[in-house]
Amino acid sequence: MTVSIQLEVNGKPVQAAVEPRRLLVHFLREDLGLTGANIGCETSLCGACTVLLDGNAVKSCTMLAAQADGASVTTIEGLAQNGELHPLQEGFWEKHGLQCGYCTPGMILSANYLLAQNPSPNDEEIREGLKGNICRCTGYHNIVEAVKYAAERMS
Amino acid sequence: MYPAQFDYRRAGSVDEALGLLQEHEDAKLMAGGHSLIPMMKLRLAQPPVVIDIGRLDELKGISEAGGSVRVGSLTTHAEIAASDVLAARCPVLAEAAGHIGDAQVRNRGTIGGNIAHADPGSDIPPVLVLVGASVHLQSPSGTRSVAAGDFFQDLLMTDVGEDEILTHVEAPALGAGTGAAYLKFEHPASGYAVVGAAASVTVQNGRCTAAGLVVGGVSATPTTVDVSSLVGSDLSDDAIAAAASGLDAEDPIGDIFASGDYRVHVGKVYGKRALAAARDRAS
Repeated sequence: MTVSIQLEVNGKPVQAAVEPRRLLVHFLREDLGLTGANIGCETSLCGACTVLLDGNAVKSCTMLAAQADGASVTTIEGLAQNGELHPLQEGFWEKHGLQCGYCTPGMILSANYLLAQNPSPNDEEIREGLKGNICRCTGYHNIVEAVKYAAERMS
Repeated sequence: MYPAQFDYRRAGSVDEALGLLQEHEDAKLMAGGHSLIPMMKLRLAQPPVVIDIGRLDELKGISEAGGSVRVGSLTTHAEIAASDVLAARCPVLAEAAGHIGDAQVRNRGTIGGNIAHADPGSDIPPVLVLVGASVHLQSPSGTRSVAAGDFFQDLLMTDVGEDEILTHVEAPALGAGTGAAYLKFEHPASGYAVVGAAASVTVQNGRCTAAGLVVGGVSATPTTVDVSSLVGSDLSDDAIAAAASGLDAEDPIGDIFASGDYRVHVGKVYGKRALAAARDRAS
């Protein structure tokens, strides 16, 4: 069987028929070609697949595409506006918040959610907010700096 | 990792979901999916039909009802952690919900899905047992409620019948002079509790009149510790340590991360700390 879904992805309407077992991350990557959401641990732990669902950070590997029917999804591809990097993207660039970059889309979307809840978090709150995102390169220090940079630019 | 194939049905009401449950043998209900989907990806669960109840507004939300707080089964951990009602009436439940997983997990995971799954490392069950919450279930033949202490039956086993849906949880408001706390020794990778201790202490006129301690993660179901020795005591650190050391588990859980004996030991330590925190909040 297939399930008909209609949703909005990065501001654009999308219609599709998906297998019930289609995970949201596979739908985004393989059906829509939005490969920014990465597949890391596949066990809801690493956060590389994080996207925004109606503004809330969620792990798209632990969600069926069918569950996103009617929702608004934002992936890393939807953050830059008119060729201008989002302040978080700029912050990760300026503060060297990435090395290999695998975790970065998830980090940025989790940080985006965090800043929506708490526009001026301290270091501890940033680390707690990014607890669900694992980075094996940076040691997190520059990621925290990048989020602080963005928080200042967005305030 | 893909789940095995299944048919997907989305229920528009609790009654429709109950009908679908009757219609499809071995169907599973899915709320936020944060317990079920991981199990299905690992093929530990292969239900032929998944009934999505995630959109049933009638099962969402937190409200005061008499001396209790009613929490709908589809209420997310994030909503519970941020609830003003719970902060005022039963803050220990909000505290425990805020310890679950991480922000993304708390945005999707629900209290109903959490307790119906009944993972021994879950943060919510010991708190529900501690405060004397009731779990409410609905089936085609009516509704019933069960005390949280009787709800959790064994590893991943609860009192939910095959034809039933968990509709809400009712947690009594903490009484005057009562402090409660949930402390967790977290598995650094999974975010589950290796051990989680929920404690409450009631102080009236400078005397301890009631105390409770329930520890999760040590056994298949939450372990209630007899801390009645604290009633009438001065609630000194020594008295609290002695009470918490009463934690005993016949058949503690052991795995590669923490042996059974170690969990019991850590349970006593966290039990002591949780009781001390509850005492400090009570007075």
